[in-house]
Amino acid sequence: MSSTAESAARPQSEKKLEQVESVVIRFCGDSGDGMQLVGTQFTNVSAAFGNDVSTLPDFPAEIRAPVGTPAGVSGFQLHFSSHDIFTPGDEVDTLVAMNPAALKTNIGDLRRGGTLIVNEDEFDKSNLQKAGYTTNPLDSEDIISKYTVHRVPMTRLNRDAVAGLGLSQKEVDRSRNIFALGLVYWLYDRDPKPTQQFLNDKFKKKPEVLEANIRALQAGTNYGFSTEAFTTHYQVPRARLAPGKYRKIAGNEATAWGLATAAHLAGKTLFFAGYPITPASDILHQLSNMKNFGVKTFQAEDEIAAMAAVCGAAFAGQIAVTASSGPGICLKGEAMGLGFMTELPMIIIDVQRGGPSTGLPTKTEQSDLLLAMFGRNGDSPLPILAACSPGDCFTLVQEAVRIAVEFMTPVIFLTDGYIANGAEPWRIPKFADLQPIQVTHPQGKLSSGQFEPETNGQATNGNGEGEHKFLAYQRNDKMARPWAIPGTPGLEHRIGGLEKADITGNVDYSPLNHHKMVNNRVNKVAGIANHIPLQEVVGPATGKLLVLSWGGTFGAVRTAVENCLAQGKSVAHAHLRYMNPFPRNLGEILKNYEQVLIPELNTGQLRLLVRAKYLVDAQGLNKIYGKPFLVHELVRKIDEMLESK
Amino acid sequence: MSTEALNPTLPILTAKDFASDQEIRWCPRCGDYSILAQVKKVLPTLGIPREKFVFVSGIGCSSRFPYYMNTYGFHSIHGRAPAIASGVKISRPDLQVWVITGDGDALSIGGNHLMHMLRRNMGLKVILFNNRIYGLTKGQYSPTSPVGQVTYSTPVGSIDNPLSPLCYAIGSEATFVARSVDVDIKHLTFVLERAAHHEGTAFVEVYQDCNIFNHDAFLYATDKTVKADNIVYLEHGKPLVFGKDVKKGIRLNGMHPEIVELGKGVNEDDLLFHDEKAAEPSLAFLLSRMRYPEFPEPMGIFREVSAPIYDQCVTEQIDAEIKKKGVGDFDNLFNSGDTWTVE
Repeated sequence: MSSTAESAARPQSEKKLEQVESVVIRFCGDSGDGMQLVGTQFTNVSAAFGNDVSTLPDFPAEIRAPVGTPAGVSGFQLHFSSHDIFTPGDEVDTLVAMNPAALKTNIGDLRRGGTLIVNEDEFDKSNLQKAGYTTNPLDSEDIISKYTVHRVPMTRLNRDAVAGLGLSQKEVDRSRNIFALGLVYWLYDRDPKPTQQFLNDKFKKKPEVLEANIRALQAGTNYGFSTEAFTTHYQVPRARLAPGKYRKIAGNEATAWGLATAAHLAGKTLFFAGYPITPASDILHQLSNMKNFGVKTFQAEDEIAAMAAVCGAAFAGQIAVTASSGPGICLKGEAMGLGFMTELPMIIIDVQRGGPSTGLPTKTEQSDLLLAMFGRNGDSPLPILAACSPGDCFTLVQEAVRIAVEFMTPVIFLTDGYIANGAEPWRIPKFADLQPIQVTHPQGKLSSGQFEPETNGQATNGNGEGEHKFLAYQRNDKMARPWAIPGTPGLEHRIGGLEKADITGNVDYSPLNHHKMVNNRVNKVAGIANHIPLQEVVGPATGKLLVLSWGGTFGAVRTAVENCLAQGKSVAHAHLRYMNPFPRNLGEILKNYEQVLIPELNTGQLRLLVRAKYLVDAQGLNKIYGKPFLVHELVRKIDEMLESK
Repeated sequence: MSTEALNPTLPILTAKDFASDQEIRWCPRCGDYSILAQVKKVLPTLGIPREKFVFVSGIGCSSRFPYYMNTYGFHSIHGRAPAIASGVKISRPDLQVWVITGDGDALSIGGNHLMHMLRRNMGLKVILFNNRIYGLTKGQYSPTSPVGQVTYSTPVGSIDNPLSPLCYAIGSEATFVARSVDVDIKHLTFVLERAAHHEGTAFVEVYQDCNIFNHDAFLYATDKTVKADNIVYLEHGKPLVFGKDVKKGIRLNGMHPEIVELGKGVNEDDLLFHDEKAAEPSLAFLLSRMRYPEFPEPMGIFREVSAPIYDQCVTEQIDAEIKKKGVGDFDNLFNSGDTWTVE
């Protein structure tokens, strides 16, 4: 916790109120303890207060692993600050642990001198045993000497506070998390009103449960206020963000909203087909709840069907989208190839998680880049975009839709578990300020029986009469073929996975035509490089080291490079959002630095592509923990590389 | 039904208007030709403009079908036509979407999609060309090949227990289930017409001769000298009678069908009467289990019932939500929840 050492006494309290710049707090407990809920509440309250926030929810793949065991521990980390932040924080300042298993799995991340708040009542023999402790760790010198430990009998205090409402013990204990929340609200001088409102809405049909939670919140706050153990509480002032109106947004939410927005900007219906999969399902949930925006959602029987339905919907003229994660993308590969071959616009979202196979469903990773690049038979490159933060999902997915309809191609949109579930403040845009997306469909027969002369894809036979044939594979200046949709008179045509003749679109197996068509499709996608922004670099334009990153590692890498730049080191940062094709100046940029570092949450997938394409001896920093980079890990590697030369 | 009666401004279409300019590349005397011809004959009678038809197919000989139709068409990937067609139909309920598939395409690689398309009851028309063989890959046994069949992949006979497409369809809650045979042009036209007019998913199995790899697999049902004894035509509200002299019938003995001779104390009133509108599919299922040589195989409409139609329900839910919440406003959405202002 970085303190500005500015202290102020509150009139109603004897206790010190100290100002700090930023705090990292983590709630952890059993997966049934409601840790995600209290973490989200703390985030909302902090964001609404005006702090910059960045979150990292971390939950087990099992919905209810055995109670009290390390396997069932669920955590929620929040970084809130009075200045711009990009990450949920390296080290935890305050750890709230609801049981021994939570303590065991999380204590390693608490910084030395940090605050540890535990529910002492849960540190009984049975729970200690389940966590694998032979003695109570709270009594150990190791913990007492390193941290400021608050042993709070939360279960008992909460039961006292909630007594007399006629609730069962089990129901009473369910509000322990709210007690803990009340306590940290006091500790960080947070306004409990938004949470009281949230509880009112959530439990309005269960007045006793509502009363229990309201009492628990108050009891937690009162405990901090009155007990002598807590001598100081802290205030994190508002952040100096760019002026505007803000709200908190999570990546999957931003993706869903961005898709609906893009469809509307294109004047089209959004068709979304999906199959439940962690961590992408939230996109399906969000869009299913947007029917009054005209959004059509289809929960298909499997990933293959979802992708196939998207091909059908794209043919029928909709903004067609599917979302999944690695295992689902593998299944979609065949129909993605069909989408590529038939040159129809569609979006495939991969919310990456730990792989291979089922891997780590609830953890983050960046290991599907090569799958996105090469996961189909034949020469079948697809444009790939990768969002860099939760809010960026909103903007970049619109760009994905623009590319798809402009170039008549499926586009892969990569996010990851970290930015999908993580949240940050988002400056609310005005819909009217967003860039419209142009879609053109060739028109068919006019009432005169003639075809519209200037329409792309229309054949004429010279004299404007007789049999007109629609040319389904006649390309425009961007090499895109026309998007003629069923229901248009006179443009009846057939598409499919078989190779088609250039221009006419008839089935054609001839060697020269195939050679030409493969190149047409490949060149079309490569040509997109001429229609995307140039790569930007933060830091010096030439120098000793360029850090090249992509996707959800943006926050940690940018923070690390900025820290190094502040110390006068010769390092620059380029963060890629366009993964295929790469921005056309990337090769030039790479040549301007003595060394290139590519940090990735995989074994070096971008590094492989960059080395192959630009013949640059890029080095990697590769971490496959299922967790995001910590800033100091990156700084250490940067220093190491700078010192080596 | 005449086209003019439906919409006087529609041009009168003929079978020729539905023929594409592509050369048909099925083997000479393939059963597919007849099915194509009957479909072309039926479409102009429906009073639907040509641009509103979409044919979606998977992979296999039959799946080349869309290329030969001058309508919108999508020749897709193996087994996935039901899912692709679902995407088309949910997007555009105004289109008449046909799914063309085969026994391998629909029941083997695409079995899962077929089941879900049927139970959802979208407004799709499905023709399953059943030739009991993989033709395009040159003669391996299919999910409908009989046990013992010798093919390239079963040189000493198939040990794979086959499946009846109609049993599968009925078990998957299909609302329209029918069977016909490629060479019985009149009957096939009748069945296709009925399918085209059904509002939910219409599933039609057509016995189709693969004269290269499985010739005469359906000879018992097509050969004029024997077929009267081997098939029974289903007619709604009529007793099940068959045989050269129409002297045989099907009677129910408890839960089991049995063949009886008419006369000799048995008259038509004792026979099983067909009811294609029965709400429960038990009768249709019982009929779908009747197989040659033990029984004559039923031809015609096994079942036609009405049920909510998925693509229409999608639209209705959207309309209801708009009525309830108003047309979605993006600025309201973005500004929903907790917000704060930075000066």
